[in-house]
Amino acid sequence: MRYAETGFNLEVDLTRGNIEKVATDPRDTALYLGGLGTNAKILWDRVGPEVTPFSPENLLIFSAGLLCGTPATGCNRTILSTISPQTELMAFSMMGGFWAPELKYAGYDKVVLRGKSEKLVYLWIHNDTVEIRDASHLAGKGSVETAEMIRQELKQPKAQVAAIGLAGENRVYYASVEQGRSSASRGGIGAVMGDKRVKAIAVRGTKDINLAKPEEFITLCNDVLAYIKHREDNPIKGVMTILQGLGSPQEMKVHDEKWHTENFMWGNSRTRRKGFWNEEIEKAWTDTLEGSRTRLISCFNCPMKCGATISMPGVPTYMMKCFTKLTYTMAAYSDLDFGLRIAQKATEYGLDGFSTPQVMAFALELLEAGILKPDDFPGLPESNEDRFFYLLDMIVNREGIGDVLAKGTYWAAKEIGNGAEEYAHNTIKKHEQLPLKLSMLNPIYFLMYSVGEKINITQIEGQFPQAPFPKREHREKFCEDWIQVPHEKFKQYFIDWELRGENSIPYYPTVEMTCDIVEWQEMMHYIDDALGQCAGLSSFPLKPPYHIHNYPKFISAGAGIDMDEETLSDAAKRYRTLVRAVNIRRGMRREDDRPPENHWKKRFPELEEKLLDGYYQLKGWNKEGIPAKEALEKMGLGYVAEDFIQRGILTEDETADVQTETQTQ
Amino acid sequence: MAGKTKEKKIVKTIKIDVDKCNGCRACEVICSAFHASPKYSSNNPARSRIRIIREPLRDIYVPVYAGEYTMAECAGRDKYTIDGKEYDECSFCRASCPSREEFKEPDSGLPLKCDMCEGEDEPLCVKWCLVDALTLEEREEEVEEQEEMEDLELGLESLADKFGIQTMMDTLARMSKDDKSK
Ligand code: SF4
Ligand code: SF4
Ligand code: SF4
Repeated sequence: MRYAETGFNLEVDLTRGNIEKVATDPRDTALYLGGLGTNAKILWDRVGPEVTPFSPENLLIFSAGLLCGTPATGCNRTILSTISPQTELMAFSMMGGFWAPELKYAGYDKVVLRGKSEKLVYLWIHNDTVEIRDASHLAGKGSVETAEMIRQELKQPKAQVAAIGLAGENRVYYASVEQGRSSASRGGIGAVMGDKRVKAIAVRGTKDINLAKPEEFITLCNDVLAYIKHREDNPIKGVMTILQGLGSPQEMKVHDEKWHTENFMWGNSRTRRKGFWNEEIEKAWTDTLEGSRTRLISCFNCPMKCGATISMPGVPTYMMKCFTKLTYTMAAYSDLDFGLRIAQKATEYGLDGFSTPQVMAFALELLEAGILKPDDFPGLPESNEDRFFYLLDMIVNREGIGDVLAKGTYWAAKEIGNGAEEYAHNTIKKHEQLPLKLSMLNPIYFLMYSVGEKINITQIEGQFPQAPFPKREHREKFCEDWIQVPHEKFKQYFIDWELRGENSIPYYPTVEMTCDIVEWQEMMHYIDDALGQCAGLSSFPLKPPYHIHNYPKFISAGAGIDMDEETLSDAAKRYRTLVRAVNIRRGMRREDDRPPENHWKKRFPELEEKLLDGYYQLKGWNKEGIPAKEALEKMGLGYVAEDFIQRGILTEDETADVQTETQTQ
Repeated sequence: MAGKTKEKKIVKTIKIDVDKCNGCRACEVICSAFHASPKYSSNNPARSRIRIIREPLRDIYVPVYAGEYTMAECAGRDKYTIDGKEYDECSFCRASCPSREEFKEPDSGLPLKCDMCEGEDEPLCVKWCLVDALTLEEREEEVEEQEEMEDLELGLESLADKFGIQTMMDTLARMSKDDKSK
């Protein structure tokens, strides 16, 4: 019997309309865990670098994490992987909610879509019955609307539905897949789904998920619940509100938006509005939030309530998750009321809440600068807010200039030319990032931004504080119950970290320390994405209930795979490298490992190169950021090395200019 | 059925505060895990003795506990309208009855009933509901106790209702004979 996982994938060939239930190899689970790990393996094996995002050969994988559907609190992520139209690299976006556990209960770990359907279809998975059904009546429908309609026509109120909106159908490069209170937004996964002509996947399951060592597993779960309670009662002092507790940023709970509105950039990452937050605004925004938020809601098997149901007069009810609360508001220099209204429409269209507002602000900036002309915007409304609604429609319907903007700021700027590229200044690997502009380069963040292949900083940062605490005694206090560190040295790194003087940024933490810190944080995120664990209870917050010391036990007791800290770190390193390898094979190099153009005012080019060198060295990669032969072989990725040599990406006798002894701990 | 005695007893009830429920279904997960055999060896919300009626877009989150097993559907069928949406009376019913699938084991179809987690200090759904939508209330009462039906008894009763007691006895006799010959 397989434990925690079901041991079966669904392989759906949309071109031929063929569905197969395929048993998977448990050895792959031991090597790559589940979720992201085995997704990366499938993409490496089956999607060559010549495959373009919108070709039938591109795969779209919906994967439940290894521990989804078990009683592990907060373990509910669906990890979607494909080749992104925007970055042309591997996209791996996650969504919370209820879909992944339901898939497990139906008896599957993954749904692998290949080919392209001729007509718009949806998939209905009900335990052993799997059908491809006509979806022509759902064309153009909103994502939330679609989910409701499917549940009704199937007479299955408990079915979980992941759907795209019009944006996905029209292949907008930053289209999302929406599901209940969650969405997979980054990387344009919705566009690939639309390209395959799949409107939705509905799933309902009533089977068991088994555990290898039941008593042990439940004890671990109870410990996690107890720790969550402990952390609720003991918020972390000395950090901003959203960092004090657990969960993914509980933006729908928080009223005080001084920090975000005054530190993040408005428009298309253009203007920092110091002193924006005042009493009047605080009151207005509080009223808006209180007046529209019906209830705080959670994902499957989690008490944290990071999302909310939003009902506003004249606007259909929808569910919102964390930071989208502010993205549209700030892009349009408007207020929260506008932000929540337009987000409803954008959710139905199925759009990434990070990229979309920036693309719209970018278009209006180009108009102001005379790079785009009034002719490009026929019938442009007068009011600022209406302009954003207008642009949203143009983009989603791919009308006129909207057709160009639908590709995101990077590709649109290239196409528009005439100086537009200077305005596309907030991308990493061609993808829009959080609108931040900071003063002094922070080495930890520099590295995380540069080498992150998840295309989203919040999905890399985490367990190490973002900044030093002003007083040494506070730092020492923080370290007292810091049980999550993989190694005691991290406590010393933090204790010695000062706001000013020798031990301050950018030269402290040192290159070596920075690499250690980044590797730890990155590793935790990668583990989460394989297990299907929400980062909000693990890799993202300070002092979370899940960490490197209890994770191996969860995997052993849950999945019955022998794991200790070392084997788990090795596995995470293995599929992290495999993600890198997929991207390297698609042409990514050192040149691409850099933060947005003007993210920091004060840059340190030499230090930045050293940081990259240091990180590559720690990983066993060469100067170009290519995993070297020795390192690959050591990780059991000899087949990657062979492929690289065959393609001339690595040479046979290349002695990597790196130290291959990768440093754990 | 079972005999009745008068005695002092702690009466346990679970108070449900629907305003606090966030729809996470942790209660369903742990309930089904607890009742698996061996204990916790598997979980499956479809086997849970509590279920969440969850309609986020209408803001409806109602935890319902499995109550009595009924051999026949009830006669009265009322409609309720909540927030503009019509519900069949059955939606919120605690019973496992022939007309619907709720509170039945998905494979055997045998009825389920909340047993307050026999043997545990605290009902596990209450323990796992960290947001306090479910809370345990205990009070001492002199009650005329009716012995709780065991799971097996409950299942047997429903089988007897379905096939008749004689058929069941015959079957059991045959089964035990088969068993011996092994
Ligand atoms: S912490 Fe928040 S986002 Fe994460 S699973 Fe729980 S409710 Fe969902
Ligand atoms: S555990 Fe509590 S909050 Fe979650 S669904 Fe059950 S009753 Fe609601
Ligand atoms: S009290 Fe126990 S048996 Fe009853 S619903 Fe809760 S977990 Fe299930």
